[in-house]
Amino acid sequence: MPRAQPLTLVEKIWNAHAVAELGDATTLLHIDRLFLHERSGGRMLQGVAAAGRKVFDPSLVFGTLDHIIDTDPGRTDKTKFPGGPEFIRTFRDGAAAAGVRVFDIGDPSQGIVHVIAPELGVAQPGLTLVCGDSHTCTVGGLGALAWGIGVTEGEHVLSTQCLAARKPTLLRVRFEGRLGPCVTAKDLILRLIGAHGARGGAGAALEFAGSAVRGLSCAARMTLCNMAVEFGAWTGIVAPDDVTIEFVHGRRFAPKGLDWDAALAWWRTLRSDDEAAFDREIVVDAPAIEPQVTWGTSSEQSVGVGEPVPSPADLADPVARASAEKALRYTEATPARPLLGLPIGAAFIGSCTNSRIEDLRAAAAILEGRKVAAGVTAICVPGSTAVKRQAEAEGLDQIFKEAGFQWREAGCSLCFYAGGDSFGPARRVITSTNRNFENRQGPGVRSHLASPLTVAASAVAGAIADPRRYVGHP
Amino acid sequence: MTPFLRLEGVAAPMPIDNVDTDAIIPSRETQSVVRTGYGEKLFANWRYRPGTREPDPAFVLNQPPFDQARILVAARNFGCGSSREAAVWALQQFGIACVIAESFGAIFRNNCVRNGLLPVSLSLPEVQRLLDELQKAGGARRMDVDLEACRVRAPGGAEFAFRIGALEREMLLKGADEIALTLSRRAQIEAFRDRDRRARPWVYATA
Repeated sequence: MPRAQPLTLVEKIWNAHAVAELGDATTLLHIDRLFLHERSGGRMLQGVAAAGRKVFDPSLVFGTLDHIIDTDPGRTDKTKFPGGPEFIRTFRDGAAAAGVRVFDIGDPSQGIVHVIAPELGVAQPGLTLVCGDSHTCTVGGLGALAWGIGVTEGEHVLSTQCLAARKPTLLRVRFEGRLGPCVTAKDLILRLIGAHGARGGAGAALEFAGSAVRGLSCAARMTLCNMAVEFGAWTGIVAPDDVTIEFVHGRRFAPKGLDWDAALAWWRTLRSDDEAAFDREIVVDAPAIEPQVTWGTSSEQSVGVGEPVPSPADLADPVARASAEKALRYTEATPARPLLGLPIGAAFIGSCTNSRIEDLRAAAAILEGRKVAAGVTAICVPGSTAVKRQAEAEGLDQIFKEAGFQWREAGCSLCFYAGGDSFGPARRVITSTNRNFENRQGPGVRSHLASPLTVAASAVAGAIADPRRYVGHP
Repeated sequence: MTPFLRLEGVAAPMPIDNVDTDAIIPSRETQSVVRTGYGEKLFANWRYRPGTREPDPAFVLNQPPFDQARILVAARNFGCGSSREAAVWALQQFGIACVIAESFGAIFRNNCVRNGLLPVSLSLPEVQRLLDELQKAGGARRMDVDLEACRVRAPGGAEFAFRIGALEREMLLKGADEIALTLSRRAQIEAFRDRDRRARPWVYATA
């Protein structure tokens, strides 16, 4: 018998979903899960209805409220975001009419879509999953092939349960070696983007591998995959292993009984074959990575917390130089000086990048017995209602509150400013989120991306701080 | 979707990398569930003085003739960031029907093609040359983009060929309804699902 052609993980999942080859390296893929949210889900459902079409398979469609709803305790359909009630109503009515299940306000399963999809077992290894949100790649951390889509593509999936996709280039990034103290998945991905640029993974399906990745929890793998899109990648993925399988087992929508056995047998095959060919491979020396903080307005503009901010004058390429100069004009970081000690006005822990229970535990370990510096607005928004309840069961909420953090309900919250909720007068924020774009978190707000550890340490210091100085020494 | 065949018009230079969709259309500017009314919101943070609707004369799209731009020339990774399709709607409703860049955010690019906005990828030296010509004092400002021939003509007359996937080109040229095309394969989709339900029954067990 001829030996089967060696395949990558992404190719195996891709082939298992190929409904039709459309030519031009494009495949019509079956979509196993579509997740909707109130920011764009209503528009998609409306579009389908307006075209006189029906939702193809509502049993494979899930919805939650996360983007627009308030995160203050006691929240209702009323939102600080102007126009929010209309989005919520349109989404809820559209979903009800189409028979789509929604994890609504007050539902213990509600939360940020990319946090609850794994939590509920809606996301699983080997599934294709799409959502009208660029950070859908987060659930690649479980070995799902997942990517963000627009409204028109969402209408396509609702109408056909399929989506055409062009075969991506295959990129493997191997993080090898042990992580240093206080170095997290967030620091790995920020350094990767810092070293290779915000388009370093342009259009690629990016498989994260290597000993450092094998050693990460599912939550940390999701943080890694979350920012694949900030690397310009089409998606990011980690091969499922025992860590994944243990994570998925027993979750509400995970396979049960005989289905579990069958699923498990398939999941065990979901890894890149030894001889599989990638178009490109990047190897990163993980022990060399320090806790990272961004200094500019792109995730590629990051440095180790104690390292100097680069000088645009050193950049030969004129567009790169102009881009760096524009970023520095906005952030007012000082070239050739480290960010360490730069005063902040706010600290934020939350978002689909870093709001899982592991993130909250890590931050709480620094905050325990300490206080947020005077004048700093500190906010913690758990990624899901389940994470919030788990944290409360562990007493983490008390640690956050006693330190001076606001303790909120689950949602996307201040990851982006949408015209309502804001950091108040704070103009410089250290944040566990994924985007430091101009005005992303508020008009004129400068965002410094970092891990929850670095955010917690900086909240206490009142300035950008090195978390290694805060671990184990209250 | 309106077919895209050929476009001749003013091209505006935006010589920076990583122009993100938050810059193209800030989140706070998308406060309605409808697809219209985005033209005046395009680049709102850069186009207007902070907290106002007073145009900032320093911003390129506020300067004649670029306020009439039909084409935008940027650098690397244009449209990175959020999946918001309103970024495409805002460009189109302002009047821009083609963006030329070295590369694009993947989701933004998909959204362009599905709305009839042509994303043209050129090499960085080619993009740089266009940017230089567009920024040169007293230079020509008009370009020609021909999707049938897959070439653009720079303001100074030089021509550059570009490549685009055959399916995407077809969809843009015809203004095709992709959903209708896929639904014409319904039998194939159902056959796949019948096979797949036997191979991976757990995928469909979501009760």
